[in-house]
Amino acid sequence: MNYLYKSALLSLLLTINPAQALEFNQLQPAQSTMTFGYRQMGVSMEGKFNRFAAKITFDPAKLSSAAAKIEVYLASIDTGLAEANEEVAGKKWFDVGAYPVARFTSTGIKALGGNRYQATGRLFIKGRTLDVTAPLTFQLDGHRGLFDGSFIIKRTAYAIGTGEWADLDTVADDIQIRFHLVVTASPAVNPVH
Amino acid sequence: MISETTGLPDMTTRYTRTAMTLHWLMALLILVVFPLGLYMHDLKLSPLKLELYSYHKWTGISLLLLAAFRILWRSAHTPPPLPATLPHWQQLASGAVHALLYLLLLTIPMTGWLMSSARGITTVWFGLLPLPDLIGRDKALGQLLGAVHENLNYALLLLVLVHTGAALKHRYIDKDQLLSRMLPGRK
Ligand code: HEM
Repeated sequence: MNYLYKSALLSLLLTINPAQALEFNQLQPAQSTMTFGYRQMGVSMEGKFNRFAAKITFDPAKLSSAAAKIEVYLASIDTGLAEANEEVAGKKWFDVGAYPVARFTSTGIKALGGNRYQATGRLFIKGRTLDVTAPLTFQLDGHRGLFDGSFIIKRTAYAIGTGEWADLDTVADDIQIRFHLVVTASPAVNPVH
Repeated sequence: MISETTGLPDMTTRYTRTAMTLHWLMALLILVVFPLGLYMHDLKLSPLKLELYSYHKWTGISLLLLAAFRILWRSAHTPPPLPATLPHWQQLASGAVHALLYLLLLTIPMTGWLMSSARGITTVWFGLLPLPDLIGRDKALGQLLGAVHENLNYALLLLVLVHTGAALKHRYIDKDQLLSRMLPGRK
């Protein structure tokens, strides 16, 4: 009852003034997805990562202190095919034995107007760190904050898929990473009016 | 049919040029796509395997189109009648084998296409033309369609052996002109 009351109050506050300072910082992994798309022999393919974690602090009213650190457990990759999952865990692809985690560390986020933002950061995969820029949207859904965005990495830039797989006619260079992150505001944080 | 010049059964009445072209083009493509299917299946995952799967699908879809066209065309063009000297059972058997071959040349590529859809891999003909996914992603169904595709192929292999065996028997044992009906060249 108490909880119901609290969340009712919270959503009330959000609907009254959705832009008010409320820090979204609790990733809801079960509701979030991390998928990727690529082209193989001209065919659009999709896959996903089943396990990832994130430390996010995001207050739309205080973008300067927003930060995100997202870790993806590469062994949790699901290409849709067991044989391919095994292959991409290997040395030629992600080499998950040596580099089990891919890590995005934000360096900044700026508002593009409306609910659109642009995040910049450093993306670490397989021993290499490169700059990435990801356009994204942020929407309120009740007490949940929804981050949706995508960006493209070049697999060759990270030496993902070497040896016979380096041929880009079979598996293309561009890998699109798509994220749908559901982040709730911590109940401990009081809205600042 | 009785030849006007000799008054003898005319076994050299030929299929039309269109019929021959379709027949030999499809025979050639089957000769490519069938062993390719068997070979690629056993490869371990590699770029070569991905390439061969695509070539197999592209050739298979080409065969599907040719088969559809051929059946339509055939429905409007009666083939030259078989020589009356051919025993009745052989005439029936030949008709049955031809009908089954047409059926398989539709159902085999269709099951291939359906299998790819069920496995969540869109078929993109020659890497250019994406074909619609006929059914949604369904692992178990994909597995089943794979088995159906495989078994229909063994039926095809059997029928092609019977078909080719019969043609060669006429050529080299009966020493008649039956095979010439499907061969280009002088009358
Ligand atoms: C007349 C046309 C075709 C013929 C004669 C043919 C023949 C074959 C044969 C002999 C195999 C090996 C069977 C096995 O070991 O599983 C095979 C496998 C396969 N075919 Fe076809 N095929 C045809 C068309 C197609 C088409 C149009 C597609 C897809 C668009 C397709 C997709 C596949 C796939 C994906 C496999 C591999 C199954 C697996 O690895 O489990 N085929 N085909």
